Amino acid sequence: MTTADTKQGSKVREQIRQVLSSQRQPTITVLSSLLAVQDSLHYIPDEAIRETATFSGSTINEVWSVASFYTNFRFTPPGEKTLDVCWGPSCHLLGAQEVLNAVHLALEIEEEGESADGKVTLKYNTCLGACAQGPVIAIDHHPIGKQTPESAAQVARELRGLDG
Amino acid sequence: MPTPFEDLQSRAAARWEELTAGQSAWIRVGGGTSGLAVGADRVFDAFNHAVESSGVNASVSMVGALGLMYMEPQVDVLMPDGTRIYYGNVEPEEAISIVEQHVKNGEPLLDRAFAYSVSDGAASGETGVGKLPVLESLPMFALQERIATRNFGEIDPHDLLQYVANDGYTALNRALTEMTPEQIVDEIKAAGLRGRGGAAFPAGLKWSFLAPSDAPVKYVLCNAEEGDPGAFNDKGIIESDPHTLVEGLIINGYATRSSHGFIFIRQGHEMSIDAARKAIDQTYEAGLLGKNILGTEFSFEMEVSLTGDSYVAGEETALMEAIEGKRATPRFKPPFPAAEGLWKKPTNINNVKTLAYVPEIVRNGSEWFKGIGTETTSGTAIVCLSGHIKYPGMYEIPMGMTIRDVLEKVGGGVSEGEQIKVLQAGGPLNGLLGEEAFDTIIDFDAMTAAGASIGSGGIIVGNETTNIVDLLRTLIAFNQFESCGKCFPCRLGNTHMLEILDRMCQNKAKSSDLALLQRVGSSMKAGSLCGHGQLGYNPILSAMKYFGDEIKSSLDGELELVGVFGDGTMILPSRTRP
Repeated sequence: MTTADTKQGSKVREQIRQVLSSQRQPTITVLSSLLAVQDSLHYIPDEAIRETATFSGSTINEVWSVASFYTNFRFTPPGEKTLDVCWGPSCHLLGAQEVLNAVHLALEIEEEGESADGKVTLKYNTCLGACAQGPVIAIDHHPIGKQTPESAAQVARELRGLDG
Repeated sequence: MPTPFEDLQSRAAARWEELTAGQSAWIRVGGGTSGLAVGADRVFDAFNHAVESSGVNASVSMVGALGLMYMEPQVDVLMPDGTRIYYGNVEPEEAISIVEQHVKNGEPLLDRAFAYSVSDGAASGETGVGKLPVLESLPMFALQERIATRNFGEIDPHDLLQYVANDGYTALNRALTEMTPEQIVDEIKAAGLRGRGGAAFPAGLKWSFLAPSDAPVKYVLCNAEEGDPGAFNDKGIIESDPHTLVEGLIINGYATRSSHGFIFIRQGHEMSIDAARKAIDQTYEAGLLGKNILGTEFSFEMEVSLTGDSYVAGEETALMEAIEGKRATPRFKPPFPAAEGLWKKPTNINNVKTLAYVPEIVRNGSEWFKGIGTETTSGTAIVCLSGHIKYPGMYEIPMGMTIRDVLEKVGGGVSEGEQIKVLQAGGPLNGLLGEEAFDTIIDFDAMTAAGASIGSGGIIVGNETTNIVDLLRTLIAFNQFESCGKCFPCRLGNTHMLEILDRMCQNKAKSSDLALLQRVGSSMKAGSLCGHGQLGYNPILSAMKYFGDEIKSSLDGELELVGVFGDGTMILPSRTRP
């Protein structure tokens, strides 16, 4: 590890400690701590596992067991924007498959993950809570309803900074 | 000298009068996640700008969802004369004309409005609004009995005073000052209130398990982990009227002599989280939470607890694991939560909807509630209609209405295509229903007998083009993806069932696969700790009952490839947890 890496690491650790200690709700747990880190950094760096263990008096294994369970946690930095596409039964009946296919094409990826330009993270979602407006997608948790393959592909291209 | 509560009420009345009976107009924009998904936030901004630029005397509020989601973004204007006019599918660009013509010049845009209403004693007709239907006369409104949803679209959910002005917290005041905890439990029992989370267990009885314990720390938990695709009524309550839930949970705490309440919500559902947190903060500030509430002996604390993405976290013991900060996997029972729950303390868990009825039951009495609905299921169901339905939305209907009436009269029938073929009711662990079941009444027992469930209230509608095997595959894919993995019959069984359904979709299944599905399903039922595994075969079981011929025709390779495999470009997600 170079000196620069160490410095970088200690900066991240400091940032994580700050996030952990500024949780405002009365009940603080391993899960609440991990959620706070992900909310702030948008992923769980390795340092956060160790810091959360220290902060909550748990073992690293205990923290990993929680972090690996909930499917919203990720361990590498996401793209600049996260695009969720719902595939739940309600959206499915209204054409979510075609929407998802179109988004895959627009992002030039074949499954969940980051577009090659690092602009967009695609996530499959089982319910975005606006079923009456299906098919639904969401940009950074902000839902957008009544999608067609064309409209969703345009959203995806715009997120990549490409012309609609 | 007025009591602290009377003081709060008089401040609330003044606030309400200023909004509804003053000299200015009140513009209410329907919000909520559903409204947001079609741009209600942009419409709200546009109205604020329009009011500012035209200099009219009007307040603009983002309220909750009226429930008519096919009309969203939905806006209404209450004029000082008491006439209220409702506009549907409003574009941000229309804000300026509605403000200029309707609010400023008193000329409503009748061709853009879909209904009107008048407050008591107000005159109507002079402006020609009488040509519009009265809101309450629209079938999807007339057939409703709005109890838990009574304030939806009426009040600003972020304003405690507006809630109090509409009888809010009077039930809590009555409970704390006039009733003993035992009397409240008896009242909830007598009302026949059954849990609305899906299991339909009598709420009063459940509360009575916790009440006798003298433990100094006891918990009441509100389950707002609404994971069922097609259900959005918990979100609806929290986003549209969070104080109803907070009041219900405080009364729940008093009746069970508990010390702490938690509202459990999934991270990412920002609107719900924000609404719940704000409501709790305001309730503390008003002295309705914390030490010695309203000057009584009763003290009670409340907070929001966030969870990560996990469907099983909505199971009551898994939920407790998640609040404790662990993996959300179910516990062995016994011990039951009332004996040993959250952090091993006595605990009581209720769904959002169950708690939302509580203030009105305490305020109006159990007899009143018992008089609504059916013999075995009193009260209402908050149904969420989505899929191929003309009027998707959230409607509170009395128990006992037939499914057909809900679909045809409330929902307006099929949206595209010829007819409704299939319903997926009560979440992905419950069944599919075919046309011959549509005369079933909405009632916990009748729905269960038909092979489905009211469950959480979601009803997903499919038209005649719906491929049953493809729909089943989506449901089983959901269940497979969401298995927490603790019990192997569920973890492996769902994976195995999904493989078989994949084969059925790819025309590679054999007729013997049906028996295999059944064997897997019965192992899951026998060998799983919670409903996720126990009920996982339900969709297939019910589909065989109503669509047996169609399913059989997908066996032994005779049909076209269907669904996700039809165009060969995509395989839907399928994975297990690490």
